[in-house]
Amino acid sequence: MTREDKATLLSVDGLGIAFGGLKAVNDVSFAVKPGEIVSIIGPNGAGKTTLFNMISGIYQPSMGRVKLSGEDVTGVEPHLLARRGMSRTFQNLQIFQSMTVLENAVTGYHLSEKGPILADLLSLPGSRRRARAAEEGARKLLARVGLDRAAEREAGNLSYGSLKRLEIARALALNPKILLLDEPAAGCNAVETEEIDHLIAEVAASGVAILLVEHDMKMVMRISNHIVVLDHGEKIAEGDPATVSQNPAVIAAYLGADAEVSHADG
Amino acid sequence: MMKISPKTATLLVLTALVAITPFFFPSGYYYRVGALIFVNGLAVTGIVILTGYAGQISLGHAGFAGIGGYACALAPVHWGIHPALAVVLGAAISAGLAYLVGRPILRLKGYYLGVATLGFGILVSMVLNNERDLTRGPDGIEVPELGLRAVLKDWGLNLSNGEFWYYFCGLFLIVGAWIALNLHSSPAGRALRALHGSEVAARTVGIDVPRMKLQAFVISAVYASVSGSLLALQNKFITPDVAGFMHSIEMVTMAVLGGVGSVLGAIFGAGILTLLPQVLTVFAEYEQMVLGLVMVLVMIFLREGLLPSILRRLRGRGE
Repeated sequence: MTREDKATLLSVDGLGIAFGGLKAVNDVSFAVKPGEIVSIIGPNGAGKTTLFNMISGIYQPSMGRVKLSGEDVTGVEPHLLARRGMSRTFQNLQIFQSMTVLENAVTGYHLSEKGPILADLLSLPGSRRRARAAEEGARKLLARVGLDRAAEREAGNLSYGSLKRLEIARALALNPKILLLDEPAAGCNAVETEEIDHLIAEVAASGVAILLVEHDMKMVMRISNHIVVLDHGEKIAEGDPATVSQNPAVIAAYLGADAEVSHADG
Repeated sequence: MMKISPKTATLLVLTALVAITPFFFPSGYYYRVGALIFVNGLAVTGIVILTGYAGQISLGHAGFAGIGGYACALAPVHWGIHPALAVVLGAAISAGLAYLVGRPILRLKGYYLGVATLGFGILVSMVLNNERDLTRGPDGIEVPELGLRAVLKDWGLNLSNGEFWYYFCGLFLIVGAWIALNLHSSPAGRALRALHGSEVAARTVGIDVPRMKLQAFVISAVYASVSGSLLALQNKFITPDVAGFMHSIEMVTMAVLGGVGSVLGAIFGAGILTLLPQVLTVFAEYEQMVLGLVMVLVMIFLREGLLPSILRRLRGRGE
């Protein structure tokens, strides 16, 4: 691994998975440092979300290793990864539809607000205090993503772009060391995309590592420190935005006829 | 104006109903019907936690009611335990059994979970039917007197048998509802509702999904168990029917009919389905048909259940 050193937060080494003999992701390696924004790009079906699902413990990889802060966390359950400082959002929204926006954000504080179940059943002061602290934190996060005024609304009634931001707020509530964002700007208009763009940069500036899957090339080129390109489940290139966008293999495999897009802000 | 939380509102409505309805009872018989509603309401409140909050289905919860009921019949006779303690013992056994059974079973989803819990319920019911030496089989067994009414009488509170069980079960229902409502907006309750909404998202925010499901299963088993105990104690008799398949189905139907996501709604459902057969006796042989028809219509037109749908309509008109 070329980029791996002591500062590495997340390292992915030779990761792969096969579904019924079909190799969806094969031998992918890269590393992410604190405060860095690393993007994974590639055409549809390249295996980006599958890769995310392996890193975040939802799928069990059939080969390779994932290390978080130097410790092997390959195949560790998502709820245990959450304790180790990993959180994520989803390409196809995974919102708790029948809960309010505020409650959705509060669930992000689960690890800090959970306590003995008996205290919750009897509504003991400790339980109420923990819930209140989580709620205060959640309100601040909602303000940060511009959803504070929608706090009491049922989440299912929000627009797609708002729900994307709600997922980010919920993921931030875990106070993660690394945040995995799966197409955070998908379905968002230009203004919303720019807001998310700023938010991601801000979060990264606070020292959180960001692993990003995104189709909006302008955004990827603008905010990424490092880009990993996948095609047919394999890594075909990696490097900084300028290098990647000039790479002939990338242009051929990923950008194809729309090659000019990559140079727009490259 | 002070804003009343949904929790306070629900508890106020319940307390008022328990306290005020007796003034409209034409005869003492209705205390008995009321107590039956409260007992069913308690079991159904447990279903709200399991199904309404956590989104897990059980078609075997009557099994726990059976354990609670038979604990009150057997423990006082065989071990000389006071019936009141037998209620606690039954609840503890139910909780322990729910823990053991729930661990493997709750890995299953949807109708697989339904069938597995169904199997559990049938198993309990078969044991109660077949262990004649202990349970005296399908004919049922007497349950000792709780004795609390006599104590109250000594303290100067003289209640008829019907009145006593009405208020006693009413009290249990209010406490049961209070606990379920506490849970709803607590960290654990929020985690349960979250895993109901999206298991994968719940896992990524750190919720230990199997553990939370198991907790909900155990809690709801305790509700069913206490409900079975109260039924046995007030009837002073119990048969294996309490653990039967029909009783399990009844619990789920009551909850879903009234509104499984809301404590008050589910209790309302318990009320309707306990009362309806009494009212429908005028239809004689068509009783079951009318009951079935009501359920089908509610599920088609009022999916969230009776009470939440009605409230939503009222609110919609108000705006």
